[in-house]
Amino acid sequence: MSAANKEIGPPVIELGVMGWLRKNLFSNWYNSLLTIFGLYLLYILIPPLVNWIFLDANFVGSTRDDCTNEGACWIFIQQNIKLIFYGLYPTEELWRINFVYLILLISGVYLLIPNLKHKGWVGAFLLIIFPIICVVMLSGGLGLEAVETRLWGGLFLTLVIAGVGIVLSLPIGVMLALGRRSKLPVVSLLCTIFIEIWRGVPLITVLFMASNMFPLFMPEGVNFDKLIRALIGVMFFSAAYLAEVVRGGLQAMPKGQYEASQAVGLTYWRMMALVILPQSLKMVIPAIIGSFIAIFKDTTLVLVIGLFDFLGIIQFVGTNPDWLGFSHEGYVFAAAVFWVFCYAMSWYSQRLEKKLDTGR
Amino acid sequence: MSSELMIEMKNVHKWFGELHVLNDINLEINKGEKIVICGPSGSGKSTLIRCINRLEEHQRGNIIVEGTELTNDSRSIERIRGEVGMVFQQFNLFPHLSILDNCSLAPIWVRKLPKTEAKEKAMEYLKRVQIDDQAHKYPAQLSGGQQQRAAIARALCMEPRIMLFDEPTSALDPEMIKEVLDVMVGLAKGGMTMIVVTHEMGFAKEVADSIIFMDEGQIIEAKNPKDFFDNPESERTKTFLSQIL
Repeated sequence: MSAANKEIGPPVIELGVMGWLRKNLFSNWYNSLLTIFGLYLLYILIPPLVNWIFLDANFVGSTRDDCTNEGACWIFIQQNIKLIFYGLYPTEELWRINFVYLILLISGVYLLIPNLKHKGWVGAFLLIIFPIICVVMLSGGLGLEAVETRLWGGLFLTLVIAGVGIVLSLPIGVMLALGRRSKLPVVSLLCTIFIEIWRGVPLITVLFMASNMFPLFMPEGVNFDKLIRALIGVMFFSAAYLAEVVRGGLQAMPKGQYEASQAVGLTYWRMMALVILPQSLKMVIPAIIGSFIAIFKDTTLVLVIGLFDFLGIIQFVGTNPDWLGFSHEGYVFAAAVFWVFCYAMSWYSQRLEKKLDTGR
Repeated sequence: MSSELMIEMKNVHKWFGELHVLNDINLEINKGEKIVICGPSGSGKSTLIRCINRLEEHQRGNIIVEGTELTNDSRSIERIRGEVGMVFQQFNLFPHLSILDNCSLAPIWVRKLPKTEAKEKAMEYLKRVQIDDQAHKYPAQLSGGQQQRAAIARALCMEPRIMLFDEPTSALDPEMIKEVLDVMVGLAKGGMTMIVVTHEMGFAKEVADSIIFMDEGQIIEAKNPKDFFDNPESERTKTFLSQIL
């Protein structure tokens, strides 16, 4: 009997391409129906889309008259690329933005390559020195010509708002979460009020307040830059959401971790920084990145206070009489670029989760 | 043996809400003494040792550890925690750090030792509990017995003068209990002052200078092991012993 068993393999019906198809796509009648329906949907959607975006599209030329094919007119994007990427930033100063991009790119790539040394220093540079470089390079100073923020726009502005919002909101969110869980009633109450007020208000309202109401409360002559006001609004808005995400992580921590840290003599802040936060932040990485992605996309709302972000400027360019009627191209392009950035964040979060996984 | 007083508890009381969990505890422990505390669950034995390093706050009476009275002053708490090591039932290793980092974390950040020195010392203690070959693994990769030995090493790395054990073998599979008890016996023979909450009566017989039986927040009986097992006075002690032996 046992000799016979050794020669038995898995049933042929489950092997090979046919086996896979049968198991995964055609295991029963409704599964088969869904498979066929799905294939049909792909058939009616994909070919026209590919034709419009690539095969029938116009890539070469300089005016709308060059768009003779039926497909998309990418010349529209091409001709307005400077506006779309940099807004009204003076052309002769564009190298300053590109320089900042370059630094960011180099340090980013350095951080992504595994097993390199001195990553801590590169990270510290990015968090402490790089922002100073950005301010000087982008707005001017130290011999560089000043560029007013009303000239900032396009993808560049989107990255500035999202970048500042994301980078500053995380530490503020962590502090708010710790504050809300504090044993000191005043601290806890203040943090709770702060979080609930910001979470209870739509971002559009926050931006309107920042741009229209806030100046009314300031003494005459005191004039904060509109962009800075928007940045502060986005930052606190995002921080309030992150605070609740982080608080969720803190609450999932077993009590034993606190006790063990206290027993070896760690003070509150060391316990938080070395034991509790590394673990609880790790647990909520997906939710944190989710918040970041949301904020990245929400930056498009700054259009309502007259800042022309990436999407805003694409809409604006579409109203140019020379290029009327090409809004489809603009929106598809915007969607593609947004997707690339958001997917990059998502990809990074998965990579981070895998890297930090030490089991439980 | 020198009779330097290490821990003194005078008329200590504690309540959890209405529940009187520690009721007039008086206890003196000298340097090098090994005390085993046993008793039914909910008798307050864990709470008692957790008061010694302020994981729980006592509400009345005095606790003096090595001449420092435990008060709300965070400096007195820090000083005492530096002298008192603790081992938990659930090990409570830091899962995001390697075993070596678990052991060197507090020496680096609390004792301010240079990193290399802290790691050397950690390796030394890991060797003593015989898991130096696991130093670079994460806690989740170790067996329960290994984790508990790592937790003992982590506590020892702070070079405490007193060690508290809160049911160190209760969460372990039977075949791993011995390896942990062996480490504890070795520690006891080295002269460490130890307070151990446990039901391992074999361990108590072998190393304890005195066994304390607690029930309903009170110390019912405190005797040397021989008298404790042979002539228990109180009925409650007798009942308890008959149940666990």
